[in-house]
Amino acid sequence: MTSKKVEKRREVSIRFCGDSGDGMQLTGTKFTDETALAGNDLSTFPDFPAEIRAPAGTMAGVSGYQIHFASEQVYTPSDSPDVLVAFNPAAARANIGDLRPGATLIINVDAFNKKAYQRAGYTEDPLPDLRERFHLVEIPLTTLNREALSGLDLNQRAIDRCKNFFALGLLSWLYGRPMKSTERWLESKFKGDVLEANLRTLRAGWAFGETTELFPVSFQVPAAKIESGTYRNITGNQALAWGIVAAGQLMDRQIFFGAYPITPASEVLHEVSRHRNFGVKTFQAEDEIAAVSSSIGASFAGNLAVTVSSGPGIVLKQEALGLAVMVELPLVVINVQRSGPSTGSPTKTEQGDLFLALYGRHSESPMPVLAPSSAGDCFTTVLEAFRIAVKYMTPVMVLSDSYLANSSEPWKIPDVDTLPRAPIQFATADDSGNEGFQPYERDPETLARPWAIPGEAELEHRIGGLTKEPVTGNVVYDPVSHAEMMRLRGEKVDRVSADVPPVEVDGADSGDLLVLGWGSTLGAITAAVDEARKAGQMVSRAHIRHMNPLPSNLDEILGRFKHVLLPELNTGQLSMILRSRFLIDIQSLTKLAGQPFLVSEIRDAIDSILNNS
Amino acid sequence: MAAPASELTRKDFVSSQDVRWCPGCGDYSILANVQRVMPEFVDKKEDVVFISGIGCSSRFPYYMNTYGFHTIHGRAPSFATGIKASNPDLSVWVVTGDGDGLSIGGNHLLHSIRRNMDMQILLFNNKIYGLTKGQYSPTSNPGTRSKSSPQGSIDYPLDPISFALGAGATFVARTIDVDATHMQQTLRRAHAHKGTAFVEILQNCPVFNDGVWEDVQDRKQRVENSISLVQGEPLVFGTPGNLRGIVMEGGDPKVIDLDDEDDPVSKGVVVHDEHLESTAYAFALATLTRPECPLPVGVFREQRKATYEQMLEQQIEDATSAQGAGDLHALLHSGDTWTV
Ligand code: SF4
Repeated sequence: MTSKKVEKRREVSIRFCGDSGDGMQLTGTKFTDETALAGNDLSTFPDFPAEIRAPAGTMAGVSGYQIHFASEQVYTPSDSPDVLVAFNPAAARANIGDLRPGATLIINVDAFNKKAYQRAGYTEDPLPDLRERFHLVEIPLTTLNREALSGLDLNQRAIDRCKNFFALGLLSWLYGRPMKSTERWLESKFKGDVLEANLRTLRAGWAFGETTELFPVSFQVPAAKIESGTYRNITGNQALAWGIVAAGQLMDRQIFFGAYPITPASEVLHEVSRHRNFGVKTFQAEDEIAAVSSSIGASFAGNLAVTVSSGPGIVLKQEALGLAVMVELPLVVINVQRSGPSTGSPTKTEQGDLFLALYGRHSESPMPVLAPSSAGDCFTTVLEAFRIAVKYMTPVMVLSDSYLANSSEPWKIPDVDTLPRAPIQFATADDSGNEGFQPYERDPETLARPWAIPGEAELEHRIGGLTKEPVTGNVVYDPVSHAEMMRLRGEKVDRVSADVPPVEVDGADSGDLLVLGWGSTLGAITAAVDEARKAGQMVSRAHIRHMNPLPSNLDEILGRFKHVLLPELNTGQLSMILRSRFLIDIQSLTKLAGQPFLVSEIRDAIDSILNNS
Repeated sequence: MAAPASELTRKDFVSSQDVRWCPGCGDYSILANVQRVMPEFVDKKEDVVFISGIGCSSRFPYYMNTYGFHTIHGRAPSFATGIKASNPDLSVWVVTGDGDGLSIGGNHLLHSIRRNMDMQILLFNNKIYGLTKGQYSPTSNPGTRSKSSPQGSIDYPLDPISFALGAGATFVARTIDVDATHMQQTLRRAHAHKGTAFVEILQNCPVFNDGVWEDVQDRKQRVENSISLVQGEPLVFGTPGNLRGIVMEGGDPKVIDLDDEDDPVSKGVVVHDEHLESTAYAFALATLTRPECPLPVGVFREQRKATYEQMLEQQIEDATSAQGAGDLHALLHSGDTWTV
């Protein structure tokens, strides 16, 4: 049976889609794990509705998971999948708009009855049209799965629920993915007949591939040549969580994590809560305000404090964050941005909270802001946020987003011994001079005030949100102290820029066009620039992690290019900041659709600038 | 009287800051009494943290020579929660008011009480907003004329004791700003309690709501208008010749007259018990309203329950013995990995 022809492919992208109840996210994740173990580079994009179970068979309930894998570097989930696996007519209808003509469309033909296609909004049988436009592969998935599982002591519903694993088995065969990781996962998750059913249908799917006439060939995507090391798959939220746990270890201090459930940030709380054996204290508060307030309290008491949320929750935290700025205590605030305004689309992505992070508090309330650019980078960025927070005694905001949160990529696991260790220096009785302890005495280099924690003798002091006198921290209302403390808080944050790596330009140092980005757009920008260069265009690229303060060499770099293109998933927030800061004409490319950039969108913008210049 | 726990004296708890409440404000006596009892509670003042929100009462931490955190409006219990969870060894005190604690901060007060962390929450109730210059508060009497209610307030007031009982408080007490002895006793009880101790302190604001508690603050009137709750003692009040007692009729408290030689218990007068399983009795006491009934002061209820921080520490211990002490390398390599 293995006599079928095997063809080599450089890259493939597949989208699994079905009802939210069909297990598409699970199918996608397991296929991703298999792909990672096959040694490919990959990028994924889970896209699901906010409703837990929207009415079955409707467009509203369609959940999708896309994976792009290759024998070379992969930057995005791909604009248009090569293969769409649709579990029902609604899933097909919701997704075929993204397919190229002639792309492969694998459907569960059992689900294409009249009732189902009507519920999906088709007025007539869509199959003839689909056959025309795509390479349609019609598989009776429900029937095949039932046959494979006949004789098991499970009811019909439970049996039908397994059919996603039949599809997974089939796709695993089609692309030569090893199924070991999936089998191991099933064994760890299920027992008895349910385990047996899933394993059996998974293997039946593979065997079906080997025998069916429907697939005359299977494909092989050779392992990618990537830097040597030990890798794993990681999502942005998982990396954030592990970054938090790691910070406690590297700084040798207990973590306090106050949070309130919110999409798409809750998984960070879930993941950290599983690791209490690291001495991490997770606290589910009664609301967003209590989540941040308890975290600031924990910081006052000497813990490494972190709070995680998304836009609507961050807005609620802002008053307390103003206090954190005022009392100058370290705190990491993670904002997994989602599209708004208001409830918006809770599961969809956006970079709309840059202004919120920078200017969302009343009065002048500066705080450093960082943005990770990939799932794995979330880990590094959290460590960097804690470093800055503690060194400069300041809250720091991290801007992740829904795309980074859920998408995954292979991540080279860092060697724990090489991660920066930074034990904390708390103030001691020795810091209490003749005048007594001065809570706002500043480090001459960083302008940080001392971190003096309850329990330490002779450092008793009071802090609060009222205007204070420099050095003593006594409550005063005089204009000179007020102005001086304003200046000091601002300058302290500005000084962080001397302590962050300069922006690096990828490509020529100067020229016609620099594509500048921040945060999660890195993949799409890199892929677009790559394509442009392959097409002979001269394009450079730079990406910013430190959003505030901006890297000190940024001004100078921007000045070396005739055009600067800045794609952002907002209405041009960073563009506006850079224009006003540096008085240069940034060309802003914006998108507000709850979806990441397509490579082609950035590519088109590059073309139009270069062709018109 | 408990023996002093330390060499510390009242003076050690007095900070260098000038106290800035209005002359005659009830907060002065509360501060003095707290400073007086603190040496009994701790032998190291660095272990004490006072946390407040916003309002007149919330200036309190500035005047205590301990660690202190003057936070934002209504959120003090949440800051305290983080502090206590981080370091359970600290003696944590929240100071709040009727506006701070029951209006803008009602949610945090509710949830912090329900979690039962071992801390003290002192709610100064003057039935008015002082710092914002005199608006009616959630505890103001109906019809209170204030700057924001020139025709009289039309809100039904909230009773702090019932609120705390409803939130599942394990310790609920009330005392009065001018009654130093009673306040000190109550603070001792609150501090001794393992869990969240909620204490309402009736406080006069001479500037914006003068005399709102006069019938229980004035020494002479107090005997007639308040009743002291003492564990195991019958609920009797008044003066000889005019003694009265509280009986329960179908669950509702009622006042009966007593002769001086009467045995109140045989007359059906209720014997105070803080430890009843059900909250019904404590709620019934909380509903006693003047002038028909006296206002109870003292400890309404005390229950023993595990504290949040104990259970949190326990879970960390359990997780550590089940999973082993955290190993970062192992965590990062957990699940499927591959080597190139
Ligand atoms: S306004 Fe009232 S409560 Fe506030 S300090 Fe003055 S007297 Fe005291």
